[in-house]
Amino acid sequence: MNIDSIQTGIVIDHITAGRAMRLYELLDLGSLECSVAIIQHAVSRKMGRKDIIKIDADIPVNFDVIGYVDPSATVNIIREGKLVEKREIGMPGTLVNVIKCKNPRCITSTEQELDHVFRLADRNRALYRCAYCDTAAK
Amino acid sequence: MRRSVIDISDLSPAELEALMDTAEDIIAHPAAYAESCRGKKLATLFFEPSTRTRMSFEAAMYELGGNVLSMTDAASSSAAKGESVADTARVISCYADIIAMRHPKEGAALVAANNATVPVINAGDGGHCHPTQTLADLLTIRREKGGFSGLTVGLCGDLKFGRTVHSLVNALSRYGDIRFVLISPEELKLPSYVKEDALKSKGIPYRQTERLEEVMPDLDVLYMTRVQKERFFNEEDYLRLKDSYILDPAKMAAAKEDLIVMHPLPRVNEISVAVDRDPRACYFKQVLYGKYMRMALILKLLGEAAS
Repeated sequence: MNIDSIQTGIVIDHITAGRAMRLYELLDLGSLECSVAIIQHAVSRKMGRKDIIKIDADIPVNFDVIGYVDPSATVNIIREGKLVEKREIGMPGTLVNVIKCKNPRCITSTEQELDHVFRLADRNRALYRCAYCDTAAK
Repeated sequence: MRRSVIDISDLSPAELEALMDTAEDIIAHPAAYAESCRGKKLATLFFEPSTRTRMSFEAAMYELGGNVLSMTDAASSSAAKGESVADTARVISCYADIIAMRHPKEGAALVAANNATVPVINAGDGGHCHPTQTLADLLTIRREKGGFSGLTVGLCGDLKFGRTVHSLVNALSRYGDIRFVLISPEELKLPSYVKEDALKSKGIPYRQTERLEEVMPDLDVLYMTRVQKERFFNEEDYLRLKDSYILDPAKMAAAKEDLIVMHPLPRVNEISVAVDRDPRACYFKQVLYGKYMRMALILKLLGEAAS
């Protein structure tokens, strides 16, 4: 399967197979008007299978979202057909308004203006907890 | 510098020791502290009823020579008109030098602390944290047992929903040389994340059992909590186990002579009143120690805010 290379835009590569749609949703890529390609289960020498997302526009990307969904993903920024930046992401220490706390007893459930803040509680388990009520993110 | 205490982990082990030292000094020399907070005001913001904790904070401030502004009825406050916790904290900061707040929502105290311009003490945020209860518990153990090293601590009752239990396990786990016996019905076991974070990751030994009577002879400290009938999944289990979680003189007969019995109170029927006469019953002393620890904490936070 061939998808054209992009001239100016972003390629999120080395996404663990199966996680591209979660990234698509959390990055809200469905609201973009440019072309967005999602390649699932592509053959990879390093990973066996991987997902790739290509965005045909130079948009601001929330790297914390990518790091939360898949810290092993890489982001390639392409301008005029050339790779100008390659970023490895890693796990962010704090997530602000990336995910919402689902604990109905959490203060964020009643005070709508509050940011939803999660902190990395355990790197080995990729465990994030709500900064307010300590509920684990799911 | 202004600092707040939301969770017991906001205080380092060295700070906990220093707070207990201050509390001990207040107990020994109360007159020396009678003017320590002259001219200072504590605001007690209680968005849900809690006579005991509020009065403990207020008694603490009065004994330090300070004054108290009290909000006891959320229904008559601006919160009832829809004011946010953040705005309430900003407003009350204009009136008081320190705030003690209880709120039914988890994390409310952190929101207050993030927006207040004076120190905030969490006096309970829903089922989440209640650090000053843990301070009371720690001083009780240190005073009555002489320290924390080598103790076998039994926690009995509702270990799943009991915030005081989670907080105490976290605090005691920082002392290392300690063992836990977790006594609860299957449905009310200590949550796995508490075991993982506080016990397994630090290699602290613990065992779990359903029956209190089996472990009474092993315990140095017994921390009782109430088991509510509605927490059980079925009537059969409740009937089978309910008596196991009621401490009475017969169970006390099997315990060590220097055991201490603690309870965060209020008690309903989980400790028979006949146990009150036993010198090993420490739950009313625990209340008193709670006031002294609140005095020590108010002094510390006001002192830091002024420096």
